[in-house]
Amino acid sequence: MPGSLSTLKVLFAALAMLFVVAGPAAAQLSFNPTAQAVQEDKLLNALKEGDKISGRVSIPDKMSSSLIQPAGRDWRDFLRNTLPIIGGVAIIGMIAVLAIFLMVRGRIRLEKGFSGRKILRFAAFERFTHWLTASCFIILALSGLNISFGRWLVLPLFGANAFSAMSTWAKYAHDFLAFPFMVGLVIMFLIWIKDNVPGKLDLQWIKQGGGLLSNGQHPPAKRFNAGQKGIFWIVIIGGALMSVSGWFLLFPYLPADVTTLQFWTVIHAVIAMLFIAAMLAHIYIGSVGMEGAFDAMGTGEVDLNWAKEHHALWVEEEQAKGQAPSGTTPRAMPAE
Amino acid sequence: MARVKFLCDADRCIECNACVTACKNEHEVPWGINRRRVVTINDGKPGERSVSMACMHCTDAPCAAVCPVSCFYTTADGVVLHSKDLCIGCGYCFYACPFGAPQYPKVGNFGSRGKMDKCTYCAGGPEADNTPAEYAKYGANRLAEGKLPICAEMCSTKSLLAGDGAIIAEIYKERVMKRGYGSGMWGWKTAYSDSPTG
Repeated sequence: MPGSLSTLKVLFAALAMLFVVAGPAAAQLSFNPTAQAVQEDKLLNALKEGDKISGRVSIPDKMSSSLIQPAGRDWRDFLRNTLPIIGGVAIIGMIAVLAIFLMVRGRIRLEKGFSGRKILRFAAFERFTHWLTASCFIILALSGLNISFGRWLVLPLFGANAFSAMSTWAKYAHDFLAFPFMVGLVIMFLIWIKDNVPGKLDLQWIKQGGGLLSNGQHPPAKRFNAGQKGIFWIVIIGGALMSVSGWFLLFPYLPADVTTLQFWTVIHAVIAMLFIAAMLAHIYIGSVGMEGAFDAMGTGEVDLNWAKEHHALWVEEEQAKGQAPSGTTPRAMPAE
Repeated sequence: MARVKFLCDADRCIECNACVTACKNEHEVPWGINRRRVVTINDGKPGERSVSMACMHCTDAPCAAVCPVSCFYTTADGVVLHSKDLCIGCGYCFYACPFGAPQYPKVGNFGSRGKMDKCTYCAGGPEADNTPAEYAKYGANRLAEGKLPICAEMCSTKSLLAGDGAIIAEIYKERVMKRGYGSGMWGWKTAYSDSPTG
């Protein structure tokens, strides 16, 4: 078929013309897609801190489009090198400070002894909220510390299988108790915020060191003194940070981005260490550290003398409202 | 023993995804998990390159360093493996891995990920070689049969290389010399350069 052959020749000629014309045009781009392709070295060097090399993937998991994320190494360094220092200094340091304080100052006693008469300090609902949050906190703290340091501190004691089984349950506890903990935080904030607004009295309390260092000194305080207000705000702000950061870790597929998750794990871990240290001080002063203090959250009723020493203005307010036994009765009252 | 590695010659990868598919088939990897994937950089632009990436079996592996229950171990060949019996599914290895290798069967929220799954270099897990228990958890153990990973074995352009790290690096360097260009040994700097032993 000579006809079609000549047609082909014309076609080839046209094609050849096209290449002759297009050739110089391509050269003008001065780009050789073969030799001047993306280079790993250049991409790595161009990366800013926390960035990653990513591209397009054809599978549904879009998280897999990240090819290389060198930031993983920084995260590893934080976990292996920085966090043990932060945790060690904060927690062991706090235990050391409290032990020294107990040795030097001893247990803070009631100066006038127990009066035997009680005043209601925390109602049942307040105590329930406190212990709900507190019990969750203790389990969250222990299971969290287990995740951070259990591999070095606990695993050698139990062996790999038992430790793994325990850690699985600890992880479940950590995930699920986060919710009652957050509920407790919200209620605590609502019921105690009115007594925890910083005021002028707090400055005086801080100036006198809260009367912690010397006997017989009791700066006047309303329902909560500056130290207790401090604990309140540590719990509220620390708890809020733990909740927000923990929320991202509970729902890792919401941000679906490894850099975001790394950031929140660091926040979660650092705040946790400081939070635990602060709570150790709170637990100390509420139990071993001060005579009569535990009753406030135990039975809810504290001794009138304790209340007068530590919260003089609050007792006056309660007496004015008629909700407390009068304090005018002399101590040396004959037995009835 | 040889120190085995993966090397993807991106100038040869045609993004056919056969390595991804072969891996899924060989190990009957659960739905939603991809032990290997192909990432295309500068997609649609001049000089785009595709890189097939899985676990690089790092020297001094970050996943092993951060695992709270210490479930990782490195074989004599330099393959990084883990025990699914010990794994608690916390996700730490995913945060630390430079290559996004660790995958989880459950993408449900509420902290439930299930046991981590990743490329085993076709070397199974801690169970006895080629037992049903090993296959169910980790997939085939080709290394125990004297074979190389399936992804590299069946790569149509021989872009993806597996085997003794020194030998595949030499092959790659020869290729670069011959053709005059190369986009790099993707991931090698990140996975192996921190250690003096490579």
